[in-house]
Amino acid sequence: MERIPILKLGDALLVTIQVDMHDRLVTNLQEDLTEKIVAHNARGVLIDISALEIVDSFIGRMLDNIAAVSRILDARTVVVGMRPAVAITLVELGLTLAGVQTALNVERGMELIRRDSEQLLIADDAPAV
Amino acid sequence: MARGKLNVLAQLVGQQESVILSEWLDQLRNATSAQAGRIQQAELQTQCRNFLDLLRQALTAGEADVTGAAYAPVLDLLGSVSRSRALQGFTPAETATFVFSLKEPLFEAANRALGKDAVAYAQTIREITTLIDELGMHTVNVYQKSREEIIVRQQREISELSTPVVKLWDGILALPVIGTLDSERTQVVMENLLQTIVDHGAEIAIIDITGVPTVDTLTAQHLLKTIAAARLMGADCIISGIRPQIAQTMVHLGVELNVISKATLADAFAVALRRLNRAVFAIKTPAAHGNGSHAAG
Repeated sequence: MERIPILKLGDALLVTIQVDMHDRLVTNLQEDLTEKIVAHNARGVLIDISALEIVDSFIGRMLDNIAAVSRILDARTVVVGMRPAVAITLVELGLTLAGVQTALNVERGMELIRRDSEQLLIADDAPAV
Repeated sequence: MARGKLNVLAQLVGQQESVILSEWLDQLRNATSAQAGRIQQAELQTQCRNFLDLLRQALTAGEADVTGAAYAPVLDLLGSVSRSRALQGFTPAETATFVFSLKEPLFEAANRALGKDAVAYAQTIREITTLIDELGMHTVNVYQKSREEIIVRQQREISELSTPVVKLWDGILALPVIGTLDSERTQVVMENLLQTIVDHGAEIAIIDITGVPTVDTLTAQHLLKTIAAARLMGADCIISGIRPQIAQTMVHLGVELNVISKATLADAFAVALRRLNRAVFAIKTPAAHGNGSHAAG
């Protein structure tokens, strides 16, 4: 059974989508992802879609779903590497992925997650100081 | 029957080709004396000779319909002549003259061959007129079409020229929009902006709408689309340059942009710099220490 690999990078999980998504694959990915978020206590999920040339409303909904699930588990979702043509298509479809953060590439996305968790640490430390 | 009639015409052209050619060239020379020099005599001569040659072949094939396959080479040649005339800036009348001036030499030729047979002569004249008229119509059509192509190309160039994306700083882009934002422009603007975001790895894009004359609900929607697309790529947008009247109109219309907007490009740039943890300082030089230090504050 094919699965999409999920890599652990420090505090974050990295998912690189390189194949056409279908229902089964998406369900598997969501299950794996939720388990890994809990197992590794991840603060963020990076979804790299730079290899995707065609994105439809199905993928859009999938990204929204993953973001919603991750949010419940206290991990933020960052979609990275979206191509210009894909961005235009999504906007034309009316999908603005409001619940998802975005970054230009994986590096920027990692920075975003790191900055957030640092802020969180400062906030946690604040009463003690 | 039609076949036989057209063959008369074919014979006419075949037998008197050189006479027709020289008379036609004379006609053209008289008609186009005003714009002499724009087209080489030798070139004109070649065009005429080729045209007559192709016309004779088409007539010999005996097809009555100008849109038929036999006439395709004739129409092609006419098309290319007409197109080059359009590009050289000839008027439609001057272009059509190329074909219509062939009428007179053909009449003369018919007169020489069939002058004594009134019925056949009249018949041939009618055929010549029909043929030349249709060819003339085709010439004008192609002329019109190539002019329209020029206009379309220029429109596209204008819309590309008027939507530059400029880099203000590392990671900060500016997009000064000049002119009305319709759906087609929005598409071009969006593609330009997104591609530049990727190329420069920009984090913030400032959309300056000082040059946009009016902002209605549709324009606002187009702006929002552009901003949403840029956000999907991981870049934030700031809108600047909303003029007072436009701000009032937008409030009246109930248009809400829900993005950071600043009055001027300079303000927006300041915000962008702060976001990237950058700042601009005045340089303190030793000379400025004495009298100009207050300016450096």
